[in-house]
Parts: sequence; structure tokens; C-alpha cells
Amino acid sequence: MDKTYQARRGAVHALSNVNLSIGRGEFISLVGRSGCGKTTLLRILAGLLPPTSGTVTADGQSIWRGGKRNDEAFENFGLVFQDANLFPWYTVADNVSLPLKLRGMGRRARRARATELCELVGLPGFENAYPRELSGGMRQRAAIARALSYDPTILLMDEPFGALDALTRDKMNLELQSIHAQAGATVVFVTHSISEAVFLADRVVLLTPRPGRIRSITPVQLARPRSLETETSAEFQEIVRELRHELDEE
Amino acid sequence: MTDAVKSREKPASEPVATDPDAPVNDRDTLMKWLPFISTPILLFILIGGWQFAVSVVGVSEFILPAPLDVWRSLLDLLSGGAVWHDIWITLYEVLVGFAFALVVGTIVGAVLGRVIWLERAVQPALVALQVVPKVAFIPIFVIWFGFGPTSKIIMAGILAFFPIMLNVMLGVRSVDRGHRDVMRGLGASRWQTFKSLELPSTLPYIFAGAEVGIVFAVIGAIVGEYLGGSEGWDTWSSAASTPSTPRNCSRSSCCWPSWARCSTPLSR
Repeated sequence: MDKTYQARRGAVHALSNVNLSIGRGEFISLVGRSGCGKTTLLRILAGLLPPTSGTVTADGQSIWRGGKRNDEAFENFGLVFQDANLFPWYTVADNVSLPLKLRGMGRRARRARATELCELVGLPGFENAYPRELSGGMRQRAAIARALSYDPTILLMDEPFGALDALTRDKMNLELQSIHAQAGATVVFVTHSISEAVFLADRVVLLTPRPGRIRSITPVQLARPRSLETETSAEFQEIVRELRHELDEE
Repeated sequence: MTDAVKSREKPASEPVATDPDAPVNDRDTLMKWLPFISTPILLFILIGGWQFAVSVVGVSEFILPAPLDVWRSLLDLLSGGAVWHDIWITLYEVLVGFAFALVVGTIVGAVLGRVIWLERAVQPALVALQVVPKVAFIPIFVIWFGFGPTSKIIMAGILAFFPIMLNVMLGVRSVDRGHRDVMRGLGASRWQTFKSLELPSTLPYIFAGAEVGIVFAVIGAIVGEYLGGSEGWDTWSSAASTPSTPRNCSRSSCCWPSWARCSTPLSR
């Protein structure tokens, strides 16, 4: 898979000359200060915003076709947002299997898949609960389950754990790592936490603001699977220190 | 207020406590039964005050008949039989007008909520229509559609239409952006987005609009009957409001102020 972006947006120069190719199965973290265009970049990748100029291609297909989102190219995209964005009128199972419903899967098959997914993200037995009955972390897991329901090969995540406390976050990161390993999906993960980015990623993309552009791309060659001990290793600390240094230089 | 009601009505409320095992100070149980206790008290105060005004203050029976007289007239009226036909006509006008308003209002509101340019284009006209006292059009409707129920249905429908349409428009507009992103991200079609997202999140607004709309529909039908009707509940109250006898007057006072009758010759 190959992707190229060259985006330039309006008077507010949100992104300038962003050029990035992401390999299949790769885990990419986008890091930067707030307002550096991380979310804009991800929304362009997700086809929620059109780039002002330049192209985005997924598997050789342009994701915009004639001014319209090319939904075909997004068949295998899964999105997770900052907020869980679960529909309050659906149960967890219905929320998780919503993409399958849109694809015309039968009720029984959907139900079975929802049970499976709840198991996968650590929400067994909550199929019939409503979103308001869940904690923030549990809702975010349900949102991840929803994004995984149709086995996407590309996952775009916009600070999915931003609203969670540190302990839950560590746990979710470990789970995300194992989901990535199991599913073999390509992940683009937006975060403002350097250590989170380094912990998860194969490559860390550092963005700088005004206009948003790629400052550096740092490969992370720590062995997988990574555990919480990895974070204490000298190698990990070194990469984090370098990135922080770069961020402070701006 | 709550405490006063509680202490005063304790003995009376005991038989309604269906669950003998519930603790005496159960707030939820109290809250559940509170309206059943407070409403009779409020009614008692209202009717007591009314009777007080008539028998102690000595307000003329011509201006304010005693509650018991009004009650007797009402029973007379209802036992007559002929009135039921007219009640049914009014109910029919209200319900049909409201049903039309609900369907058309929801559709128009949903369309205007989604198609921004259309909403901008028709907004001045909409506002103009909205601020016009629509009741003033009743004589025209009567000329166009006759004295029968049709003109009242149209009036009821028009009055109920606006609150429903505006609420639905607001509802469609206030669909959560994050939720929209989810549907767009999944490549959902317009119809799918409507069915799974817009309709469920607009429903509370539709209900809120319908709640106001049904009241307006009643007003539309009744005022329509006032100003140009041959049948219906309100032809009774306007006939009764001719001040020939105090008895007749008391009949109208339970329904509608008699001044409305005065406008009939004018508007015709």
C-alpha cells in the first residue's frame, strides 16, 4: 500500500507540503503540539475533509473522486475518534455492529460478531448495556470494537485515549498493540503524548505547527511485543528524549 | 409546600400506598403519588375560591355563575346526546389537522434542516407567515372551503405545522457532529444516515414540536368553529354565549369567553 499526501488548505495554512507513504501493516504515530494539524491530517486521510491541493491514495485508488468522497476506497478503513461517539439509542451490541448493518449483514450474524468483538476489547457481557451505563474507557473500547467490526486493514485513530486516565490508558495501549499484532492492520495513531507514540509506533511522525508540516520521521526499532517495562528501557527513554528535544526547539 | 401536603394528606393517602413493605419515608413513592394528592387540593382551592367569590363576596351570577350551576349545565348539555356528534366533529378536525401537520411539518423541517440554501431562500417568507396571526385567515378559509370541517382542519393543520416544522429543523441541525463523522466515515448512504442517525436524534424534537402542535391544532379547530362553523363543539358554546338568560351564560363560561362571538358578524 502506498499513500502520498500533499495538502494545502485555505487561508489558514493548516498543512503544508505533507508527504508521507505508509506501508502495509505499519503502525504510525502522529505527534505534535495542539494546533499543529494532526487532526486535520487524519481527517483528510479519513476522507472527512478534502485536501486543498494534492492527492491521497489508498491502494492505488484516489480517495476523492470528482469532488466526492470515494467510499469504495474506504471500504477497509476503520475510524476511532477522540470521543467514543456511540449512538445513545443503540445498545453496545447494536453500536458495535452498526457498520455491519450498513453493509447489509443479517441480524443473527451481526449479533454473533458483536459478542465476539466485545470479548476482544474486554467488554464481555455488556452487549445489552446502553452507552450511558458505561465508563469513558469502556465506551472508547466499544468505539474501537465498532471500528474493528468489519476487519478493516487500515485503522485511523484520533487521540482515542485522550480522555482516559493514565492507568486505563496504559492498559488500552497494551490492548491496542495486541489487536494490531493479531489483525495485522495498518494503524495511524494521533496523540500528543510522546511516550505513548513511541510505545506503540513503528515510526513516529513529528508535526510542527503554522503551517503544519512534517518535521521529522523517527523509526522505533524496539522489539515487539512491548510491555510496560519497555518504557523504562534506556533505548525507549533515549528516543523520547530526542523527540521532546525536537519539539522544544520550535 | 411539600411538607404541608404530606402532613395534611397522610390519612387520605394511606389506602393508595399499594406496597405495604415500602419504608414510610420512601421519597420515590411519595414523588409518585404526590400529583394524586396535590391535584385534588388545588382543585379544591380553585373551586372553593370560586364559590367564595360568588356566595361571600357576592359577585353577580350574571358575571360569574356558581360552580354548581355550571356543573349542572354541563351535565344537562352532555346528557342531551346531540352534543356528542359535535364533539366528535371537533375531535376529528383536530386529529386530522394535526396528523397532516405532523407529516408535512416533519418532512419540510427535515428538508429545510438539511438543505441550507433552500432554508435561506425561504426563510423570509417563513418568518412572515409565522408572525401573521393565522386565525385572521379563517374567514377566507371559510369562503374557500365552506363552513364544514375542511376549513377547520386546514386551520388546525396550519397552526400545528409551524412548531413541528421548526422543531424538526432544529433537531436535524443539532445532530451531533461526531455522530455524523461516524456515519460519513462508514460511507453510509443518505437514507442510512437518516434512518440510523438523523431520525433517532431528531425524535425528541419531533415530540416536543408535536406537544405544542396538538395544542395549537385544538385552538385552530375551535377558533375556526367560532368564526364560521355550522357544527362542532364550539357552535354550542357560541350559541350559548348569547346573553339571553343567566343560565345560558353559565354554560358558555365553562368553555370560552363570550366576546369571541362578537367578532363573528364582523369577520363574515
